[in-house]
Order: sequence, then C-alpha cells, then structure tokens
Amino acid sequence: MGGHGDVQLLREDGLRLDGRKVDEMRPVSIQAGILPAADGSAMVTHGLNVAVAAVYGPMEAHPRKIQRQDRAVIDVRYNMAPFSTSDRIRPGFNRRSREISKVTAESLESVVLVERYPRAKIRVEIEILAAEAGTRCAGITAASVALADAGIPMRDMIVGVASGKIEGTVVLDLDKAEDNYGQADLPVGILPNTGEIAFLQMDGDLSPEEYDLAMEYNFKAAGEIHEIMVAALKARYEESEN
Amino acid sequence: MSQGLSGAEQRLVTPGMTIGSLTGMRVGSGAIVHNDEIIATKLGWVRENNGTISVDPINSPYIPRSGDLVIGNVAEVRNNLWFMDINGSFQGLLPMSLAPWKVEYGQARQHMNVGDSSLARVQEVDECHNVVLTMKGVGLRRLSQGAVIDVPVNHLDRIRGEGNANLDRMKETSDCRIIVGENGRVWVDGHENGIDWVREALDIAKQHGHKSSFDSVMKKHEKKFNKKGDA
Repeated sequence: MGGHGDVQLLREDGLRLDGRKVDEMRPVSIQAGILPAADGSAMVTHGLNVAVAAVYGPMEAHPRKIQRQDRAVIDVRYNMAPFSTSDRIRPGFNRRSREISKVTAESLESVVLVERYPRAKIRVEIEILAAEAGTRCAGITAASVALADAGIPMRDMIVGVASGKIEGTVVLDLDKAEDNYGQADLPVGILPNTGEIAFLQMDGDLSPEEYDLAMEYNFKAAGEIHEIMVAALKARYEESEN
Repeated sequence: MSQGLSGAEQRLVTPGMTIGSLTGMRVGSGAIVHNDEIIATKLGWVRENNGTISVDPINSPYIPRSGDLVIGNVAEVRNNLWFMDINGSFQGLLPMSLAPWKVEYGQARQHMNVGDSSLARVQEVDECHNVVLTMKGVGLRRLSQGAVIDVPVNHLDRIRGEGNANLDRMKETSDCRIIVGENGRVWVDGHENGIDWVREALDIAKQHGHKSSFDSVMKKHEKKFNKKGDA
C-alpha cells in the first residue's frame, strides 16, 4: 500500500479502472441458509469475493478453560481456501487469518447477546472461496447473516464495508488493484440500525477530512448492504409463502 | 430500519429492527429495549399479545426448562450417572438416583449404554445451564423401539396444533404412537408405513411450519395416506 505512484488507478474521466464512480460499490448479493447441515449459514458475493459462513451452537465450550461463567464465547475461524487467489494459499491458519478471526470474533461479541448463554460457545466458520480485496468485510457480513439465520439473539447485525484512498482521492470499496497500489484502506464494521462501529482498522494514511469522507461512504454503503442482508433473510422464509 | 407495528398481519423482522416504541407496551421474548424503542433480537415474526410485543423466532436453539419432557440420547456413561444429549447447548445429567431402576454403582452401562434413547424430564436447570434429568415419573422410560425424528424446536406448537389437534390427527391417521419432546425430537412407534408417513409429515412441518399454508399442506398429506391405505 502506498509507494506505487506510477500505477494509474483513476481514468482521465474521473472513473475507476473498472468503470465505477468513486462512491460506487461493487455488486453485492447475499443468500441465507445455503448449508442445511449448519445451524445457520450464508454466502456473500461482493464483487469477485465469495465468502461462506456457517454457524454452529450455542454448544458447550471445550476445552473448559475457554468457558466464561457469565457469557458465551464466540469462536471465529476465518480461512481462505487454497484456490481463492491466483497464487495458491498454503492451507491452515496463518498470521493474517488469526488476526482477522480475532477482530471478527470481538466485533461479533459486541452485538450477540452473549450473556444469554453462559459457559457456551458459538462457532462461526468463515471460508473465503474467492478473494479480490475486502474479504474480511465480506466475511463479517456473511457471519452476521449466518448468526441471524441460526436464531442467535443479537442487538443488531454488522455490515462490513471498506473505503480507501487512491491517487489522493477517497473511494468506496477498493478492488484488488486499488488495495495493492492505493494509499489507504479503511475497513469498518457498522451496526446499521444504531450507526455504531464494531470494528475499525486503517492501513495507510488519511487526513481528517479524507477520513470523514471515507466514513461517509462507508455508512452509505452499509445502509445498502444492510437492505440486501435483510432481503436475503426474508427471502428464505417469505418467497414461497402461501 | 423498519417502523411501526403490524397489528394482525404477521411481519418478519431481522435482528436490530425497531418493532415498536416502549410507550404502554411490554417487551416479550426475542426483543430488547434500546433508547425507548423495542428492538428485535432474532429473525422471526412479530407478535403482539395483550400489550406485550415479542418475536417468534424462525430458528432457535432448545433452551431447557424445568419440567420439560425431552428425548435424550446417551452420550457418555459413568459409574453412577449418564450424560444425555438433549439437543441443547449442554448435555443433561441423569444421576443413578433419578433412574427408574435400582442401579448398583458401576452398573449404569447395563441399563443404558451410549447411543440409547430415553424419555426423560428436566428436573432442574441452574443459572449456569447445568441440566439435571429424571426418569422417575409416569411414562418415562428407555426407548427401545420406534424411530426418533428431529424437528425444529420453534415448530413444535404447529406440529401439536391447537389443543394437540394436529398431533391427535397424525396419531389417528398413521395409527402410530407419537411422543413430542420439548427438545425438538419426536418419537414414533408403530407400523412401518405409519412411521414413514409421520416422517414425511414432520418434513412438511420443517419446510412449511412457519407458513400459513401449513394446515392445508398437512391436510393434503393426510389424504395421501388414506389413499395409500385404501389401495
């Protein structure tokens, strides 16, 4: 990120390389309940990213040392499939997946009513089947829909969105080239109904004004994605009604 | 964000949606209060009953309550107790003293072994979700025959129907003995055809249990069995 000033990411007409406007998101589609064996599941397609999340539980937390007497623990495992990018990813946990699992678990803990299930564990598995920048956001959105699908009580859902800066311009929803050669990336987990922020990370530098604009884009996008999330959950139960 | 109350019409809500204001309303299950507004915490149908707003979840895990009749599978046996999988977050504990047999210390396995099913009642649930089961009571026993079928916990009311009407009809149509456990397990025993029919009926409940068309689909299914029986 940064330091690749020679890569052109904005066209002369002000649009981005893939033809999007600066405040335009890649297409998003969400399907809930795609894995019948899981207690809850969802698939999020965000541009070329494909994230699948499965939720199991609440179940007894094992090993016992991870149990909390007053609440449930959320055990998140984020993993990128070996075939998710053009360079094969070595299977198994790595530093990056450990970090993303941790931030996802912590942000989900802030919305799930964990105090309802003392000593229990809620298992959330996020598998990235295809990656093109923004997988942590797609993963957290998928996990959120899967938790709702599993009937886990939550005070709100979380929408993962990201903005960033390319060639000194703040843009919404970076794609792979923009993420690799851009100047900043600002992924955020937003609670769409309350407007709270469940997680926020920043890579690169943004001025206060740029930050405000990036957050404005993020909130706008979060509202749009939230509508798709709600529609996906409703579609599962309403489409064949009557 | 969703606004307002739906009145008689059923409305599907997702976690975080505002389902009403607190003024003059009580908050039931599946909802919480945030900034004087009632917020849904689960995916489900909004229900307003005697000034209480609650959300009937579409999908929900089994939460054991004292007195529940449950169908458990033995998961682990110790010298003087059994651990039963009761389809909940935690295993239930059935101590030797609450079994219907006189069990000598170390002989628990001879009465019920891992994988056996039994009909039990929840004796006690403490604040840490420890569940104690009992098999002392009328009808509580080891289930040595028949089939156990899993159904969604939140569809049990639809399966039973008003005053057990649906369940009685199912028993009558299939000529099977049926026991519905509160933990989303149904025990069916009888003729093979009857069990198959009940299995199909419960599949219908899984797929259509949340829909208003459930009763009509079930009635069609009943006719199907009658025709089979005539043939």
